[in-house]
Amino acid sequence: MNPVSELIKNLADQHGRERHNLLPILQGVVEQEKYLSEFSMIEIARELDLPAAEVYGTATFYSFLEYKKMGKYIIRVCKTITCSMKGKNQIMLAIEDMLKISFGETTPDGNFSLLQTNCLGFCHKAPAMLINNEVYTELTPEKVREILSSYLKKKGGPYDN
Amino acid sequence: MTTNYQLKRVDFIFKNENDWEEVLSKSISRTPQELINELISSELKGRGGAGFPTGLKWKLSSEAVNDTKYVICNADEGEPGTFKDREILSRVPFKVLTAMAVCGYVIGAKEGYIYLRGEYFFLQPELNKAINEFQYFCKEINLDFTIKIFMGSGAYICGEETALFESMEGKRGEPRNKPPYPSSYGYMGKPTVINNVETLAHTFTIFKYGAKRFYDLGVQYSRGSKLFSVSGDTPKPGIYELELGMSLADFVDEFGDGDTKAVQVGGASGFLVPRKRFAETAIGFQGKLTGISLPTGGSMMLFNSSRSMFNVLDNYLEFFREESCGQCTPCRVGCQQLLKGIKAVKRGEKNAHYLDKLLRLTETMQYTAKCGLGQSVANSFSSIVENFREEMIY
Repeated sequence: MNPVSELIKNLADQHGRERHNLLPILQGVVEQEKYLSEFSMIEIARELDLPAAEVYGTATFYSFLEYKKMGKYIIRVCKTITCSMKGKNQIMLAIEDMLKISFGETTPDGNFSLLQTNCLGFCHKAPAMLINNEVYTELTPEKVREILSSYLKKKGGPYDN
Repeated sequence: MTTNYQLKRVDFIFKNENDWEEVLSKSISRTPQELINELISSELKGRGGAGFPTGLKWKLSSEAVNDTKYVICNADEGEPGTFKDREILSRVPFKVLTAMAVCGYVIGAKEGYIYLRGEYFFLQPELNKAINEFQYFCKEINLDFTIKIFMGSGAYICGEETALFESMEGKRGEPRNKPPYPSSYGYMGKPTVINNVETLAHTFTIFKYGAKRFYDLGVQYSRGSKLFSVSGDTPKPGIYELELGMSLADFVDEFGDGDTKAVQVGGASGFLVPRKRFAETAIGFQGKLTGISLPTGGSMMLFNSSRSMFNVLDNYLEFFREESCGQCTPCRVGCQQLLKGIKAVKRGEKNAHYLDKLLRLTETMQYTAKCGLGQSVANSFSSIVENFREEMIY
């Protein structure tokens, strides 16, 4: 069995196969695969006996349910008012410069994707960003470089081969 | 500088919660009617921003006839400038869980959900631990009530209660028409009480100390205290619990950096108040107070004179354009056109009178948009454009 199909089947066993179980299943696939491919969405539709268009329509509504291939680490920099006022653009530049990608892109090795997102709820510690589910606050270009280096050097991380 | 009315700090929300077991046992030994009356006499209003009387909400759901009912804690805190709910859930989770269980007892619900925004995924492990401990105690006292976390996935609109139900039902988070209201037709079409995290935490205080303790704080129509999320150009950003009814001038004295040009009250969907109006603006719910009284979910963003109000509005509109669910035309197209419009005026491609056309568009959105998102764009748009017109033009 295809590993994605198996994952979807397990998620459906765990959460149920009703319409109201759809979101946890979509989230489960994104957690593992980092995004929802057309194949995953069709598989989910089959597993839950829903029209594929309904699954697609629901999945694409939510900004955290990516439907384009994403890197292992998804960086989401907050661009809402306070973070924007407190230097979000400098943070973006520092990341773009270090990873050699621009906003919306993924590094060629498939490790990092760089996105912007709306209010993360850390306005009192702006600017803020998420790397996967990890929050980083009160960022400066220096701090961001340190954080990214720690990801690059991480044991079991992207370059620990 | 001295003022007549001092800002009053309060410490209820984050005060210790060690006695939650006692508060829970004591509360469920009272009749549902007693508890509802307690809430009604406290005059607690919803702390998410809309300010619906909480006691009445519980009462309506308790009167709905149905075998299945739900209690939902709205932790989809997405309003720009708000971050209080996360603090409540991480520092005093048992207050919220207790309040949910008491609500379940009052209305006759056996299931509760916490709808947690995707951005707060990292809160999950600790919160689940608290829930497990809580459920263990519920079993001990034979209280049939379960609580589960439902994760959101990064959609601001899901903080709107009916959009949140749709999302939990596995659909796009598109708001429903109201009526029917959640008290009769909520999650899965069943009677549902949906309260903001902070509202639930306040009910804990009320059940513990009685309605009077709460009612004695604040001013007429705006009773009790409220958490304020303070950010922007301030030397002390953070979360503060303050009595309602304070004047904005006093707030700025305390939190401003000496050069405060304007304060955004209530997040991007709230109002921008310019310096000349600080003294006449009070923070609370609409009532017969003299002057302007602004309701708020607690977001207070300060801007000093180094900030351009054009950029501020531009940022808000981009936020709304992205977060509009796209279901109704006034909001979907309105947000796009407002954003395009102010840029065109700024670049000189449209003359200044075009701003008046845009103001009329926000008015139309206020009347015709399906939910609070589209309706409230007018708040920040008109308060910024009317008070800082010159900054919009050149």
